[in-house]
Amino acid sequence: MANQVNNEIRYLNPPTVEVKKKKYCRFKKSGIKYVDYKDAEFLKRFLNEQGKILPRRLTGTSLKFQKKVSVAVKRARHLALLPYVTDLLK
Amino acid sequence: MLKQYETVFIATPVLSDVQIKEAVKKYRDIITENGGEIVHEEDWGLRKLAYPIQKKTTGFYHLIEFMADPQFVAKLEIQYRRDERIIRFLTFAMDKHSVAYAEKKRAIKAEVKTKEV
Repeated sequence: MANQVNNEIRYLNPPTVEVKKKKYCRFKKSGIKYVDYKDAEFLKRFLNEQGKILPRRLTGTSLKFQKKVSVAVKRARHLALLPYVTDLLK
Repeated sequence: MLKQYETVFIATPVLSDVQIKEAVKKYRDIITENGGEIVHEEDWGLRKLAYPIQKKTTGFYHLIEFMADPQFVAKLEIQYRRDERIIRFLTFAMDKHSVAYAEKKRAIKAEVKTKEV
């Protein structure tokens, strides 16, 4: 019975299989073609608490729209609809 | 060639209602006198600024959408810069997507209004 080698790998703890949720570009998905700089509430979704623009790797926005979001945020900041620097935005 | 533009300006909060109307009328006249055509106008009223500008924390926002010659924008901005009542302004050249967006937004607004009435 010694040659009956158990080839199965056994774990002490059940291995956690991470199911990564695929990120998607919300503009492409919902067919938005224009990012409005006047809609500060919407733009806040792309900012962190300090009012900085979130990177694409976190939001999943496509390059084309990330560029548009960033321009829109900058316009909103110029018009004092969004702050340049802050704490505890949202 | 006329192009569609959108301009937002912030007037100081120290002005009275009459003075604001006067300021808005001035810009409206500047646009129409220079061969422009006003498409839409929006008064956002007194709003809080996200950060102080010229030591003021509030301001009157006003938006005008208009068709004009590209050379006219520089003239308009010179007027803004000379005007002490204006603390901030932004002029934006609209492309076909933003025009469609603005029209859709207006249509929704009009629909809501008619439902209320």
